[in-house]
Amino acid sequence: MKRTGARRWLLLAIIAAFGVSYFSSYFNRYYVGVVIDVGINIILAVSLNLINGHTGQFSLGHAGFMAVGGYTAASITLALSKQLSSLAAVPALFLVALLAGGLMAALAGLAVGVPTLRLKGDYLAIVTLGFGEIIRVIFQNMESVGAASGLFGIPGYTNLFWAWSLAAVTVFVVASLVNSTYGRGFIAVHDDEVAASAMGINPTRYKVTAFVIGAFFSGVAGGLYAHHKTLLSPTGFDFLKSIDIVVMVILGGMGRTAGVILAAIVLTILPEFLRAFADYRMIIYSLLIIGLMMARPQGIFTFARKTVAVK
Amino acid sequence: MKRLSYLLAGGACALLLLNGCNKPSDGGGGSGGSGGTIKVGEFASLTGKEATFGASSHEGTQLAIEEINAGGGLLGKKLELLTEDDLSKAGEPATVVNKLISRDGVVAILGEVASSRSLEAAPICQQNKIPMISPSSTNPKVTETGDYIFRVCFIDPFQGTVMANFATKTLKAKKVAVFTDVKSDYSKGLAKYFKEGFAKAGGQITAELDFNGGDKDFKAQLTAIKGSSPDAVFVPAYYTDVALICIQAKQLGLNVPLFGGDGWESDQLVKIGGDAVEGNYFSTHYAPDVATDKVKSFVAAYQKRFQGKTPDAMAALGYDSAMLLADAMKRAGSTDGGKVRDALAATKDFDAVTGKITIDQKRDATKSAVILQVQGGKFKYLETVNP
Amino acid sequence: MDWFFQQLINGLALGSIYALIALGYTMVYGVLRFINFAHSDVLMLGAFAAYFIAPAAAHLFPPPSYLGALFVMVLAAGICAVIGILIELLAYRPLRDRPKLTVLITAIGVSLFIEFTCQHHAVFGASTKPFPNLLPQHDFRLAGLAVNSTDLVVPLMTVVLLAALWFIVQKTKIGTAMRAVSFNHQAAALMGVSINRVISFTFGLGSALAAIAGILYALKAPGIEPLMGVQPGLRAFIAAVLGGIGNLPGAALGGLVLGLLETFAGGMPAISNYRDGIAFAILILILLFKPAGLLGKTQVEKV
Repeated sequence: MKRTGARRWLLLAIIAAFGVSYFSSYFNRYYVGVVIDVGINIILAVSLNLINGHTGQFSLGHAGFMAVGGYTAASITLALSKQLSSLAAVPALFLVALLAGGLMAALAGLAVGVPTLRLKGDYLAIVTLGFGEIIRVIFQNMESVGAASGLFGIPGYTNLFWAWSLAAVTVFVVASLVNSTYGRGFIAVHDDEVAASAMGINPTRYKVTAFVIGAFFSGVAGGLYAHHKTLLSPTGFDFLKSIDIVVMVILGGMGRTAGVILAAIVLTILPEFLRAFADYRMIIYSLLIIGLMMARPQGIFTFARKTVAVK
Repeated sequence: MKRLSYLLAGGACALLLLNGCNKPSDGGGGSGGSGGTIKVGEFASLTGKEATFGASSHEGTQLAIEEINAGGGLLGKKLELLTEDDLSKAGEPATVVNKLISRDGVVAILGEVASSRSLEAAPICQQNKIPMISPSSTNPKVTETGDYIFRVCFIDPFQGTVMANFATKTLKAKKVAVFTDVKSDYSKGLAKYFKEGFAKAGGQITAELDFNGGDKDFKAQLTAIKGSSPDAVFVPAYYTDVALICIQAKQLGLNVPLFGGDGWESDQLVKIGGDAVEGNYFSTHYAPDVATDKVKSFVAAYQKRFQGKTPDAMAALGYDSAMLLADAMKRAGSTDGGKVRDALAATKDFDAVTGKITIDQKRDATKSAVILQVQGGKFKYLETVNP
Repeated sequence: MDWFFQQLINGLALGSIYALIALGYTMVYGVLRFINFAHSDVLMLGAFAAYFIAPAAAHLFPPPSYLGALFVMVLAAGICAVIGILIELLAYRPLRDRPKLTVLITAIGVSLFIEFTCQHHAVFGASTKPFPNLLPQHDFRLAGLAVNSTDLVVPLMTVVLLAALWFIVQKTKIGTAMRAVSFNHQAAALMGVSINRVISFTFGLGSALAAIAGILYALKAPGIEPLMGVQPGLRAFIAAVLGGIGNLPGAALGGLVLGLLETFAGGMPAISNYRDGIAFAILILILLFKPAGLLGKTQVEKV
């Protein structure tokens, strides 16, 4: 029923992305760049939403997974791009690099998800923040990836097609996952872990799965980011970057895929229009967070959803 | 739900792209000459962690542009400076430089202070054939990006060698400990070149320790450094950390001279460090008390324009980068990217505030460094080191 | 051996500061069961308050003088106590009945708000400001080790404050009320304890301690800027967890242990780069193996 419809939309989205990308040279580079940023942020927000929103594990270290993916993908392309025999091999190399980045990030997600199984709320937040910091510190000291100087001269493979079709894939995977019978387990774990395990749902499995999948896509986004900005610097993946993504998830309503996508778009495009007020940006963000939590904790872009309240 | 959001997403981005369609830009340097002004783009860290450096360099650039316009402009037109803030954040320079080039149609880019942010923007300028001049990025790799990328400052290998020679010749130090900020590529680069130069000059490194920029407590590492009995300690870091390091070194009884690079330069160094900084040395691009006419008139003009502030090296270099650009455009007789680039590459003995600049084959500036010492709470010019 | 004792002294001073900050975290967690992310920023506000008060105080007590320093500290602590109470009133109290996650996110929002507002050039500005030298400085040698008078004053002050805190919590009415609330909210309310008053008092007390910690921190490292509280705050939180969150002596112990561990690690060339990560590694280890902390008791989750 819904699955076939979703698959059709996915295909349509990928074709549309390819089409637009083909003509992207006619468009202004600046705007194209921003639209690519939007695509990358959608992937980040939706993948974090799986962890924070759907499964209720409040993670503050998402930028760390992005870093792992970005550095891995960039290392591969930097090492192999010169040896490509033909231009046609570029997409293959890029895809391989992105997937490798995603996989490494997924491993990192495993490393983070397992120790944090027993943690809740505040503790979980701080520990994931800690993991994010540890990953950053490791990259800062790894000479093979440039340490504090970072990696630069990364080939600029990312274009509209890659950013948006991968965004479409991410949304498809996460949304389909959550809406499936298996996926209801995530929401069960979010609502009440003890009740869930009493019903035979293994919270451990769901939590770890959420982290691994969320981290995977975050890693892919990191790879796209690396090949878009052509430069990776460890300081770019600090706590504040994680917060940027968290704000998108909060604004969109934790657990609402559509809302989160919209929030990602708005929070990427709006700062471009408001560059004159750039030094107020973080102040506005923080007020936004506080205001949202007070007045509308379910996020701004939430539409009516049928829920059965059992108290 | 997914469909609705996708439609909205697609719609928003389509609008954005169509907007951009109205001002298509080719790769050749944009339409910056139209409408009677020459548009020059600048990107700097006006807010965020490195706001003080960005703000200084921006003020210097601004002063230069204003002076040129007051003198009748360039090639019959006024210069228009379009400045964008990169928030001291990685990822921003790419966006803002794309904006300046593609949307605003600038003919050249000035920026940035931090090497990592220059490295992010350089490929974009190179691809679009827009000349870029960095005021003070010292990482050699910046100009290696391509032949449209220049800088008006010396590079870390030079600075490291300068301090290595200073250590052996002036400080007569045979054993030096090196204390590096592991979070800063500037610090690590400078330390690396210093160690090479020092070893070549016959010196011995007694200890190499690291700290994290922003740390407040260095006693652990300083104790280890003290234990290695150096004649002097090289600290190629920024003034905020250096001030604290000097204080704590003194408290621990580490009474040998400390010295470093241009990251030391700030009046906050003495304000924060107080007595502990007395007698220490550092290299930099210029000193406000160097007695040339050019420096004196620059300092006076800057103080007049910016409420009595004394310009620091970033401001001087920002000024020089803009002046050099204007000079190159004058020599080329046009704002065309390729011609300006050639003129820049041919620069010889350009009379700048920070010394006489000659652009070498690698598009770096060959010029002298000055060494300053903290005396009586002020920076006193000690010597000039020529390349 | 010399090196060991030198690091010991360094570590004790650092550890004492962590301990003071950790106390604030643990007290708030004890009564409200949540981590006040904004605590690290109160530290920063305390240092800035002292920065602005010091010139005025200099007229009364020409620096450097112990009396002058005390004057500045008391004033700054008072200001921050008020700020802490205000934060609780405006940001946390309205959310008292909401899910923990909501309050946590709000706390992060408050913390970011304070940090970035202070960074704005109209407020404090992002650049580092020199902190005045409030205490008389004596450098002297003790059995061959370099000791600075501040290094002795800090642990001393911490001990005094700890003793005062212990007295308040154990022997006064409000202190008993605090312990009651942290033990069982509802029962305490039923016994006539004004929950709101206790919580306000806890925030005020914790913030005052944070302010003093901030000033001591600034005395050791005299450059202050709006983000100065982030790292010490994070370390102090880890210290509180290390000692057992909700447990006062635990927080003090945790602070000392963490300060010492960090100092010793920082002096070893192999690990010094990873200093930032060490504190977090300790956190993860503790939560994996002894989540209740060194002095805490394991809590059973009731269904």
